Amino acid sequence: MSSRALDDKAQKLQLAELPPEFQDQEESIKITGFWLFIVTDVLIFASLFATYAVFVNRIASGPTPAQVFQLNTALIETLILLTSSFTIGIAIWAMRQNRQRMVLAWLALTAALGMAFVSIELVEFAGDVAVGWGWHTSAFLSSFFLLVAAHGTHVTMGIIWAVALLFQLRKRGLTTVTRRKLYTFSLYWHFLDIMWVFIFTVVYLGGRLI
Amino acid sequence: MRTWAKRVALALGLVAVMAGCGGPHAVVLNPAGPVGRIELNLMDVAAVAMAAVILFVLVLATLAVVRFRDRKGNKAPYTPNVEGHKVLEVLWFIIPALILTIIGIPTVQDTYALAKVPAKHPLVIDVTSLDWKWLFEYPGQKVATVNQLVMPAGQPVLFKITSDAPMNTFWIPQLGGMEYAMPGRVLPLWLESYKPGAYWGHSGQFSGREFEKMFFSVKAVTPTAFSAWAANLRKTAPAMTVADYHRLLQFTTVGHLSYSSYPAFTFPSVTHGFTLKGGMYLLMHNNPVHD
Amino acid sequence: MPALPSFVPYLIHTLFPPWVRRPTEIGAEVMMVAGGAFIVYWLLKYKKLQWLWNEWLTTVDHKKIGIMYLVAAIIMLARGGLDALMLRTNLALPTAHFIGASEYNEVFTTHGTIMVFFMGMPLIFALFNVVVPLQIGSRDVAFPRLNAISFWLFAFAAALFNLSFVVGGSPNAGWTAYPPLTELAFNHTVGENYYFISLLMTGIGTTITGINFLVTILRMRAPGMTLMKMPLFTWATLNTSALILFAFPPFTIALLESLLDRLAATSFFTLSHGGMPMMYVNLFWLFGHPEVYILVLPAFGVFSEVVATFSRKKLFGYPSMVLSMTAIMVLAYGTWVHHFFTMGAGPAVNVFFGLSTMLIAIPTGVKVFNWILTMWGGRVQFTTPMLYFLAMIPTFVIGGATGVMLGAVPADYQFHNSYFVIAHFHEVLIGGTVFGLLAGVYYWWPKMFGYKLNDRQGKWAFWLFAGGFWPTFIPQYWLGLEGMTRRMYTYPLGMGWHTLNVISTIGGFIMGAGFLVLAANVLYSRRHQEKDLTGDAWDGRTLEWSIPSPAPEYNFAVIPTVDERDWWWQEKERRRQGEKPVVVKPEEIRPIAIPKNTPVPILLGAAFFMGAFGLVFSWWDIALAGLVAVFSILIYSWFQYDHYRILSAGEVRESEELLGRLGA
Ligand code: HEM
Ligand SMILES: [Cu+2]
Ligand SMILES: [Cu+2]
Repeated sequence: MSSRALDDKAQKLQLAELPPEFQDQEESIKITGFWLFIVTDVLIFASLFATYAVFVNRIASGPTPAQVFQLNTALIETLILLTSSFTIGIAIWAMRQNRQRMVLAWLALTAALGMAFVSIELVEFAGDVAVGWGWHTSAFLSSFFLLVAAHGTHVTMGIIWAVALLFQLRKRGLTTVTRRKLYTFSLYWHFLDIMWVFIFTVVYLGGRLI
Repeated sequence: MRTWAKRVALALGLVAVMAGCGGPHAVVLNPAGPVGRIELNLMDVAAVAMAAVILFVLVLATLAVVRFRDRKGNKAPYTPNVEGHKVLEVLWFIIPALILTIIGIPTVQDTYALAKVPAKHPLVIDVTSLDWKWLFEYPGQKVATVNQLVMPAGQPVLFKITSDAPMNTFWIPQLGGMEYAMPGRVLPLWLESYKPGAYWGHSGQFSGREFEKMFFSVKAVTPTAFSAWAANLRKTAPAMTVADYHRLLQFTTVGHLSYSSYPAFTFPSVTHGFTLKGGMYLLMHNNPVHD
Repeated sequence: MPALPSFVPYLIHTLFPPWVRRPTEIGAEVMMVAGGAFIVYWLLKYKKLQWLWNEWLTTVDHKKIGIMYLVAAIIMLARGGLDALMLRTNLALPTAHFIGASEYNEVFTTHGTIMVFFMGMPLIFALFNVVVPLQIGSRDVAFPRLNAISFWLFAFAAALFNLSFVVGGSPNAGWTAYPPLTELAFNHTVGENYYFISLLMTGIGTTITGINFLVTILRMRAPGMTLMKMPLFTWATLNTSALILFAFPPFTIALLESLLDRLAATSFFTLSHGGMPMMYVNLFWLFGHPEVYILVLPAFGVFSEVVATFSRKKLFGYPSMVLSMTAIMVLAYGTWVHHFFTMGAGPAVNVFFGLSTMLIAIPTGVKVFNWILTMWGGRVQFTTPMLYFLAMIPTFVIGGATGVMLGAVPADYQFHNSYFVIAHFHEVLIGGTVFGLLAGVYYWWPKMFGYKLNDRQGKWAFWLFAGGFWPTFIPQYWLGLEGMTRRMYTYPLGMGWHTLNVISTIGGFIMGAGFLVLAANVLYSRRHQEKDLTGDAWDGRTLEWSIPSPAPEYNFAVIPTVDERDWWWQEKERRRQGEKPVVVKPEEIRPIAIPKNTPVPILLGAAFFMGAFGLVFSWWDIALAGLVAVFSILIYSWFQYDHYRILSAGEVRESEELLGRLGA
């Protein structure tokens, strides 16, 4: 944090006085850092997409994309995740209104939707594996599973994060720090949503066309 | 000052040593075919242009250090607050750009010139790198050799290069530059030997324990001698069986071998550039290797 | 893992297979155990454990983290250097077998990997950490705890990588680790697992460091310091961090996919199942080329500071220096294919990347010219850092010029993977990066420790190191032209390669001697060098020289307003002319928040290490335990709130008084 901010912080801490979310420079610097983290993560996904794009035709003796993808489930997953983007948006709105219980409720709902998403994804994966389409089968399936599982893992981490956030919010209420944490969580969640939209379009819809 | 004198003397000494002992062995500098010749010419252009840059920089640096060293009584002007010089700074961008153009133009020309084999129906030799040996197959002659390449002189030869093992590069320094041997892909490279002669080749890409043994011998002979050699092989050498090929796939080194024929599957046709050859695959799954 | 009765033999067979029971490995084991025992003995005898834990292992102070990076980098330089000398010894004579083929392959792999990731990178981060916050007038980096986490991820990754030498076996497919050679079919020891996992680990740390310094520089500069007033080392850090941010993600994916191929039977880069090794090569160099600029830009930054300070003159052409550096940063992403012109991309692609490679030489040339003109009209002082700068000019310029030759596509068909390339990249990596970082270490040593390194010994080390460099690497250009390809563990008689190889080996040992003198220099100076009480050991130009050496934990009692380049130089001028008082005004001092020490980073590193070790041997239970530990620590620390302690204005005043900085 900038030295000025540190000075201010020190005085404020001594006065045990806590200013609202965005005015605190330390928290705002953290949000900048989080944006940069998202940049690296976007590039991670870009690399995964690149691998997928190169490998999509390399099916060896395995199934084709059209055989693997079930558009219905993917569509349901998409709807769930889009809804959760909406619910986290409401949570942020409630935070701005200082309505803590509402924040808790909508955050919990977001996490629950995330869990639904991950469960459906796991069921889908299990189905593929059950008919012998593992990521060993072909380069195409390797890249498909890695891309989608990378997203799923991100969502899972987001769920853990949300649950931990619920505890903190209950314990500490809406402070500068918890506000910033909730805000960065919402950034992360929206980012995952956008990544999923890409996956849905490129992988699932694209796979239908091939 | 003395520091620079020392350094220059050292460098000159080294150059002398190198010129003295390395000359005849510098295969890249003694090309025996048009490809190596073109590449050497480009190297020369680049080397001369770069030498000019190096010389200029070194002279300028030496002058600066000598003239402005921190000694009592140094009369050179001391201008600590100069921040730059617009014209010079722009020149720094322009002059190197011009020098690089000198290298860039022939680079573009030569790259395109070397991209296509200058013959309608060149002689084709299929090259496969294996662990740790080279397999040469002559589809026109139907014969195959290991670790010894025989090619007609005085005409371009098209090498189709692949690997049924980790990557290697196919390199005959005296004839011209290298190209990768990669599993699952077939890359073309053409070379020509002006005259009959004997050369050596090696791999430039590390491929495992016995990589050092990836030397192969190269013999360029007259076209008639080439045909005679192939005809002779067809009569005298044994045929390569599938089992023979699988033996070649083992992690071994071998000497020179010759075959009067070879099974078709051992080299993928270019149209199936992405298909596997099959050999390595079997080996991988049934015969895990140990050190 | 098998049942208990067979467990012990299984463990011994897995951890200590025959290929880690060769003489060199056993020697290394003895050295490690002895060294470890000595350290433990020393810590216990002098009751230093508590001190070590409180002052160092749990610190989040950027200056101390920087010093820990430095120590680690020097140890890794010794390891990588030993590797280099083993290689050179084997190559001295044709058909020599000082070490055998398998061992040679492991040693060149560990040499390259360690020099790039575990020596070069930490040395850069050492300077970033020590210098950047001081140069921009900040009290710390943006995320002090993340900074410590980065360090410990690096440190444990380095430990893991080095462990491979004595436990399980080293990687042996080169620092580039191209598949399919790294695939299980061809490489069934755990060595490559070590490579992929430790680089993934340190890569996470590196990415975090990149983000950290980007935010630090973008958001935490002293008032008045606009971007175009930043010192050039800070500019270099900014550009390097941006490069890290964009380069490491594709590398992470390349490593991850290779690792999954080995551990989880995926088919990314395999021979079978449609895998495509070429994809790895693209992902790797998409990272790999920016990586060489990650290594060299900080050195450029150091040179810019050093040449101005020791020419006693402003840097020539500041705006064009910034412009050229930023241009290099951007162009660095557009040249990666020049590492594989010979992989059949076709003439159009090759020409594009050949020309882009030449293009990047232009801004690099601009920098060299500006450095030289900085000396012009100055007063050049031959201190050790300046000597490294001067040695850089011929070395780096020749290395760069041969780099341009490599960019001439058809010529590269002959140069590729030959000793010509080895000579080229050692000239830029040693002549650019290592000389630059050593110059930086000598230059900022007084800022870190409060005394200069002995100059006489420093010059001895310099002459041996820079002098040995030429006979080591210049002959290798010629070896390349004689057709010697890289990574050969030996070569036959009759190729005519022996004389130059002997020279090269002798040169290598001279460089080794230079390293020993450097180490002696450090040890000697610790005891015998005079304390620098001014804080401004070299009559410097930038902010970091305005505060005491070593800097107090809060860095600046009062943050100055920095509204010009070379602020400290100008400030000293103003003070000489009596326009300003020399000292801190006590009434300006305010309370300061200092980040508290925390054990979280080192514990997190240890947890990662455990998980990684489990992964290397496919011991899933241990790997899982590591993963759980990582998450537990993360969540635990996430619930911690109380990160700062307050240094009251009175305490700061007292400390400044002791340092003799207070005015009336
Ligand atoms: C004492 C100084 C050094 C000597 C004598 C030396 C020597 C060598 C040798 C003999 C090789 C192996 C060549 C081969 O078999 O292909 C090599 C490779 C390499 N060196 Fe050095 N080296 C030195 C310093 C450095 C430094 C400071 C760096 C980097 C900052 C470095 C980076 C590399 C890399 C990246 C490789 C390639 C490894 C590979 O092929 O995978 N070296 N060096
Ligand atoms: Cu299989
Ligand atoms: Cu490059």
